[in-house]
Amino acid sequence: MPTPLIQLTAIERSFHLGDSTVHALQGLNLTIGRGEYCAVTGPSGSGKSTLMNLIGLLDRPDRGAYEFDGRAVTTLSDDEQARLRSRQIGFVFQSFHLVPRLSAADNIALPLILAGIPAPERAERVAQALASLGLADRARHRPDQLSGGQRQRVAIARATIMQPALLLADEPTGNLDRATGEEVSRLLEGLHANGMTLIIVTHDPHMARRAPRQLAMEDGLLRSDSAGAR
Amino acid sequence: MQTVDLFRFARAAALGYPLRSALSVLAMAIGVAAVIVLTALGDSARQYVVNQFASMGSNLILVLPGRSATGGFSPATVITKTPRDLTVDDAHALRRSPAVRLVAPLVVGNSEANAQGRTRPVLVAGTVTEMLAIRHYRLAEGHFLPETDWQRATPVAVLGAKVHGELFAGLTGSALGQWIQIGDRRLRVIGVLAPSGQGMGMNSDELVFVPVSLAQSLFNTYSLFRILVEARRRADIDAAKEQVTEILKIRHRGEEDVTVIGQDAILGTFDRLFKALTLAVAGIAAISLAVAGILIMNVMLVAVAQRTQEIGLLKALGATARHIRLAFLAEAALLSSVGALFGLALGHGGAWILRLSFPEFPTWPPDWAVIAGLVTALSTGLLFGALPARKAARLNPVEALMRHA
Repeated sequence: MPTPLIQLTAIERSFHLGDSTVHALQGLNLTIGRGEYCAVTGPSGSGKSTLMNLIGLLDRPDRGAYEFDGRAVTTLSDDEQARLRSRQIGFVFQSFHLVPRLSAADNIALPLILAGIPAPERAERVAQALASLGLADRARHRPDQLSGGQRQRVAIARATIMQPALLLADEPTGNLDRATGEEVSRLLEGLHANGMTLIIVTHDPHMARRAPRQLAMEDGLLRSDSAGAR
Repeated sequence: MQTVDLFRFARAAALGYPLRSALSVLAMAIGVAAVIVLTALGDSARQYVVNQFASMGSNLILVLPGRSATGGFSPATVITKTPRDLTVDDAHALRRSPAVRLVAPLVVGNSEANAQGRTRPVLVAGTVTEMLAIRHYRLAEGHFLPETDWQRATPVAVLGAKVHGELFAGLTGSALGQWIQIGDRRLRVIGVLAPSGQGMGMNSDELVFVPVSLAQSLFNTYSLFRILVEARRRADIDAAKEQVTEILKIRHRGEEDVTVIGQDAILGTFDRLFKALTLAVAGIAAISLAVAGILIMNVMLVAVAQRTQEIGLLKALGATARHIRLAFLAEAALLSSVGALFGLALGHGGAWILRLSFPEFPTWPPDWAVIAGLVTALSTGLLFGALPARKAARLNPVEALMRHA
């Protein structure tokens, strides 16, 4: 069996809200292989977002081990985690999170700029990304001049410009109408088809069913895993 | 992250909020301009005074009766503390000194001048021919006091330009040869000085010059107000001072009871005084730079609050804490340096307008003030940008992303 991309063992994460303690994740175990396509579902407060933040190295577990591509990452420093995020992990958010004052091209270029890639190479890669997403004529538009679907496509281009191993999408179609959402879903599935590991958090059962593997969460634990059921 | 990209990013961020950025640039510009204009004023005042002293005459030495500094012990000081008067004979004796070119005794007193039925209070200066050369006075007409024995009280007077203008206002033709009454003396006007328009303390325009012995009897005094001495050359000033002191000491029975001041000493004192003044106003102006720095800090803190989501996003995209810190520092540096450059232009413009309005004041900002102003502007910008930048770098990415703008 090849090394899994993500291996979570007995992960615990709790938050303090005033006097009460919320156990967002309680001893969660999860293994996701390279190139998998998973949908994470569950009611609000079930720990989906916390799980995504942990997998995306934006948050640290209180207890438990996390191996990314065979490497223990919970003990890495903030800067090392930032480097790993930069090279290996892409994020797509429900509310797009585009920088409003930057053009579509500049938004897509952000990860390249942060990684210190020189301008000529950057321009080439951004142009390619824009062309492959059918946004070539929108390169100089700012986010407020783009439609919802276009904005999310820009966000996906930005998340994938560094060719990460893992793409995390948190409700990527949540703010889009059905047709546009369908379009964005197909785009994400196309990326998966090209070998990217894709994890989507969604409320939409229709969208969840499209994924080969479905993870249902409840009260900080995995209630069901379609991979285990098979 | 490459430096060019860092500053491009910071520039885009600053331009994203034009009004706020413009206001902090303006504050910084006013601070820098204030430093430049105020130091230019202080420095020009210094140069003005220095020039005034230079116009008094070159290689000038002043001899004052009495001793201002504590000298060595002398048996004479035990017996008497009253300073011996300076006399015309003392002045005469100084001409023996080889380092001395010219000597002029000076007696000064207030009196009333009367001519053509007009009366005016005047300052009377009793002196000798040499005064003209020592003080570089220029004559409008006639000639200066005659070259005679210093003890001779020839009844003549040379008028300052203003005195002449006021006493002989109604007169058509020259005032030369006219009579003027000063105290109980009737004097013939033999010369009128050209207006000097300047002069520290004693403006020659308001003086009436009479022979020294005439002034002595007019004011019923034996002692001199000053002796003005001109050294032969600049290099001889020190020697002249020593010789003058020595001659007078011998004449005053071994008592060193006069004060001998070189012009350079007076000049140096004023130079130091005005430099201190310029530094003081520069310090006051620097306060406005600090205020501008605090404004930039305020603006940057608002920027951090407003761009919290963006900071979270940048962290998700792989930005390290250092990236975030540098991005905000670069923005603060951009705001303060653009402000400093505008301030530089504004300050030089202000100095230029001052030069146009007051041509006699050479209002040029000194280089040190310009450099200090720019450096202070930049460093306050960075100093006050550090806190917001650190705050931004420390934001938790998850919380930052979830925060609603």
